[in-house]
Amino acid sequence: MTMRTFATRCAALIGLVTMLAFAAAPAVQAQQINPTEKSVTEDMLFQQMQGDGMVSGRVSIPDEQSGGLIKPGHKGWAGTHTGTVRFLTIAAVLGAVVVLGLFYLLRGRIRVDGGMSGIRILRFTAVERFAHWLMAGSFVVLALTGLNLVLGRLLVLPWLGEAAFATLTTWGKISHNYVAWAFMLGLVMSFVVWISHNIPDKVDAEWIKQGGGLLKKGVHPPAKKFNAGQKVIFWSVTLGGAALSFTGVMLLFPGVEILGLGATQADWQLYQLIHGIVAAVLSFIIIAHVYIGSVGMEGAFDAMGSGEVDLNWAKEHHSLWVDEVEERAKTAPAGKATLPAE
Amino acid sequence: MARMKFLCDADRCIECNACVTACKNEHEVPWGINRRRVVTINDGLPGERSVSMACMHCTDAPCAAVCPTNCFYTTDDAVVLHSKDTCIGCGYCFYACPFGAPQYPKVGNFGTRGKMDKCTYCAGGPEADMTQAEYVKYGSNRLAEGKLPLCAEMCSTKSLLAGDGDIIAEIYKERVVTRGYGSGAWGWRTAYGDTITV
Repeated sequence: MTMRTFATRCAALIGLVTMLAFAAAPAVQAQQINPTEKSVTEDMLFQQMQGDGMVSGRVSIPDEQSGGLIKPGHKGWAGTHTGTVRFLTIAAVLGAVVVLGLFYLLRGRIRVDGGMSGIRILRFTAVERFAHWLMAGSFVVLALTGLNLVLGRLLVLPWLGEAAFATLTTWGKISHNYVAWAFMLGLVMSFVVWISHNIPDKVDAEWIKQGGGLLKKGVHPPAKKFNAGQKVIFWSVTLGGAALSFTGVMLLFPGVEILGLGATQADWQLYQLIHGIVAAVLSFIIIAHVYIGSVGMEGAFDAMGSGEVDLNWAKEHHSLWVDEVEERAKTAPAGKATLPAE
Repeated sequence: MARMKFLCDADRCIECNACVTACKNEHEVPWGINRRRVVTINDGLPGERSVSMACMHCTDAPCAAVCPTNCFYTTDDAVVLHSKDTCIGCGYCFYACPFGAPQYPKVGNFGTRGKMDKCTYCAGGPEADMTQAEYVKYGSNRLAEGKLPLCAEMCSTKSLLAGDGDIIAEIYKERVVTRGYGSGAWGWRTAYGDTITV
């Protein structure tokens, strides 16, 4: 047998086997594969969608997150962000201005009824004022840059122009990300120095019953170092600030699980919504706080300005605290009486 | 003007990833970013399907709605584009997008993501058409040359379709009727509020 005939026979054999294989194939295929019945469909996957709210599969690229094919819920986040969050933010800021404007028109500036005595007593030490202004200063930066992210596009962009607004917002973002740490430090400091004075007690109930004396002239319910209203501010700032700090830190480090807490896209969306809503509510409270601590009440700013307040102002608004201070001054050794330590 | 859309006929997609590669090459897309990707559903199981996905150029695009600097715009062809000059890399669009289209050159802390990058439907950006400045930021502008997106144009099984929404929907319907099955117009319900019913 020559090589040639062997090769020819081999080829014939291979050909025959191949033909037989193909001839048998349709029967097998008809049994096993029916693309109409077994193929996945988008409708079916949408109906079967699990808690993670996505249709996903396998990708061959290294970025495993890109295996999420369709996440319809993301449009829901977008809707809440541009709907609820934006609405609440506008309502909080405008609402605060309207409420305080009306309050000013009806009540006017709250004066010291007994007039200024000229005697000043120390209300807040340098450490307390530092904590307050560290937090206050950083809050203003954070609030303005945050508001710019939510409302800047509607209010600032039209008159600043695209390029200038982009530059402003870029710097706003950078400030927001770094100034946040000063806020967190101030938050911790103020919590430490003031927590002992902010535990709710019986005096607060009476203060609230009398509306804090805010609505009527000459009414001054007794209060210790902090009245019930100020305690509300303290706890709003502490709890709200903690919520903002936590969600903010989670947003600063995308994909990093801090304390084992989720860092997926869905978690980020939740953190962002909490951050936005808490910020709106806190902005309302802080605007009211700024008002009553400055133009709203005569003599109030001194407490955080120089740290020393007029004795008559203190007697009217923090009668029990003045008693405490005077009590301590009596028992304290001579010479220190003029400088009562809060 | 046409209403440009993408449609991936998953019953034809063979997961060759040529659309992914072509896109990366055409636009010199940076490492780590895939403007288009192929996702395989029910991988290895009977009835497995692969879907090529990129920005779907949504009607009322959620990315555009949440962008704090309003850097998105929609062209006359209904293509959703953005300006890298006004993008601040905040990440909002990434979290608003149902298709995972917006991506960033970095995944940095403190919001250092860099400028967002996504599929442009081969239509460039706000710079003048077919300029070097436009190419560097967004890649080539095939639409301005009168051509359709490269991913769809070079698809070997003609699974990925690009063009006017009505026309490609008609093509898809015809296919489904002819062969008797279809796994659906992936993403259409989410992107355009309505899917193709045959």
